[in-house]
Amino acid sequence: MTTAAPLLDVADLTIAFPTGTPVIDFGFTVAEGETLAVVGESGSGKSLTALAVMRLLPPAAKIVAGAIRLKGRDLRALPEPEMRRVRGREIAMIFQEPMTSLNPVLTVGRQIAEVLRLHEGMSAPAARARTIELLDLVRVADPHRRVDDFPHRLSGGMRQRVMIAMAVACRPRLLIADEPTTALDVTIQAQVLDLLDRLRRDLGMALLLITHDLGIVGQWADRVVVMYAGRRVEQADATRVLDDPLHPYTRGLLAASPRLDASLHYSAGPLREIPGSIASARGQPGCPFAPRCPLAQPSCRIRPPPLAAVRPGRLVACPVTTASELADVAAVGL
Amino acid sequence: MSLLSVSDLHTHFPTPQGALRAVDGVSLTVAKGESVGLVGESGCGKSTLGKTVLRLVPPTSGEIVFDGEDIARLPADSLGPFRRRAQMIFQDPFSSLNPRHTIETILTAPLYVHGIGDRAERRRRVRAIIERVGLPLSALSLYPHEFSGGQRQRIGIARALILGPDLVICDEPVSALDLSIQAQILNLLVEMKRDYDLSYLFISHDLSVIRYFADRVLVMYLGRIVESATGADLWARPLHPYTRALIAAIPDPSRRRQAAPIGGDISSPQDLPRGCSFHPRCPIATSICAERDPALEMHGAGHQVACHHAGSLVRPSTEMVGT
Repeated sequence: MTTAAPLLDVADLTIAFPTGTPVIDFGFTVAEGETLAVVGESGSGKSLTALAVMRLLPPAAKIVAGAIRLKGRDLRALPEPEMRRVRGREIAMIFQEPMTSLNPVLTVGRQIAEVLRLHEGMSAPAARARTIELLDLVRVADPHRRVDDFPHRLSGGMRQRVMIAMAVACRPRLLIADEPTTALDVTIQAQVLDLLDRLRRDLGMALLLITHDLGIVGQWADRVVVMYAGRRVEQADATRVLDDPLHPYTRGLLAASPRLDASLHYSAGPLREIPGSIASARGQPGCPFAPRCPLAQPSCRIRPPPLAAVRPGRLVACPVTTASELADVAAVGL
Repeated sequence: MSLLSVSDLHTHFPTPQGALRAVDGVSLTVAKGESVGLVGESGCGKSTLGKTVLRLVPPTSGEIVFDGEDIARLPADSLGPFRRRAQMIFQDPFSSLNPRHTIETILTAPLYVHGIGDRAERRRRVRAIIERVGLPLSALSLYPHEFSGGQRQRIGIARALILGPDLVICDEPVSALDLSIQAQILNLLVEMKRDYDLSYLFISHDLSVIRYFADRVLVMYLGRIVESATGADLWARPLHPYTRALIAAIPDPSRRRQAAPIGGDISSPQDLPRGCSFHPRCPIATSICAERDPALEMHGAGHQVACHHAGSLVRPSTEMVGT
């Protein structure tokens, strides 16, 4: 991690609906050029956080506290016309299901060109030429022909490539990818993640990767923030969190995951479960994970534990883990 | 003897562009008590295969022998006894549960349809199964939307098991669930297998789930089985280049930022390539692969592969494509 000011700094973000508070005191930073993964299950608030950064929250959702700064500028205070310039030019976003994000009655070329004409003021012929270059950049085979195709003619993987081409058309500093490969097959998923990482390097942009998949985190991210029921419960280097998870939720997720351990087979015994569901966090005054946590203490149910730095760059919101980690550190005299 | 034995099964769908060969000559067996995994990507025909085996989709040709009887050609009105013994669990329990019915009605329906028990007996069975899948009795008076995804899948499992089947086809039963819930459902399916002496055909796109759940694995690509082996053998010695690519595509922290194992998209089943269907994406394809369709052949005990270069890691240099 560098000491330079972060590209994106989200601090103490709280998002409320009339019916609940899906994101609470959430925060993270993204440095220039890095891949930060936010990992969590459905209902954790990870997609809402991404939409808040883009200022695209649904009307019922309100940011009730917190700051979202892009290179020091508070995006919450930006007038809408300026925010429109930020979207696309500085921050772009791609979603899980590219078919619902593409207009079915316009050719993919026209949709990409529209971004270039709007943000870059290109002429129609220049935008078309650049569109073909962009399709080539995202490795769409035969871009001269594909540029005139309608979205339904393309496979899921190709559609996501088109979305990526649109997103990187104006060379944003930050690309937010919200479950970009969840709807895709595994061999296509690998291709798209590979492409995103290559573009990150080649275009010098940062990637905010929102996912539920710890394998993807370990393979492609630099750092990871683990989110549970709207809160940050752990933060670490991506490889560290898989080798040595600290929060009981992160530990449980890894243990429950069949993919990361080849020796697991049903004949050898059950998978480790996390009992219950994330719904049990609703209305909890204390730690949201306490109802499912094997280590929960009475104090965990009273107020949410603070995030503690147990090592450089390593945060965990669990008093039990924090106490044992700090004891370990003291024992080896660090 | 196998509980289920499928031979040269075809399921084709007519389209304006000609027949879509969703299942294109598949043979497989499921032994009593066995858990057979069927893995493949979307569009490979694995769900159609599962539905054809249960006669939810009509087969075009081939045999489906269940407990000694070929049910492929039985008239629909004679399928009742078979349907009692072969059930299905679907991916999305929400779209497969009637939103206007209570859980009690949903679970009673199969018993009612098959004329099992009187009112009191049906009630007793419904109460027993709902508790067995880990839901409280109070769940019976609720509607599907009042449950989480994991709870709905428990209801889907209860509905499949209430008739006491021998064979259960699970079609992506955990794909729609969060990771923390997946383990709960997989463990429940294993318990059910043991308690009710079930045999499973377990369909998934997720090789890691298959690895945990299956005794034997079938790999399917564009309507065909391209490799078949015991789970342990398949992991230790994958021979088909597609199986290798599937394994290498599982996100894995030990392959930091490595390139994707194979390029290209799955071909359209309406426009199958000549020769081996996988050859346009295959890293080791040679000219023969574009000409001749490889047959499924034995490569060691219980290990079948359909590949001209089974086990090769690189394309044989003596026979380059285009030379």
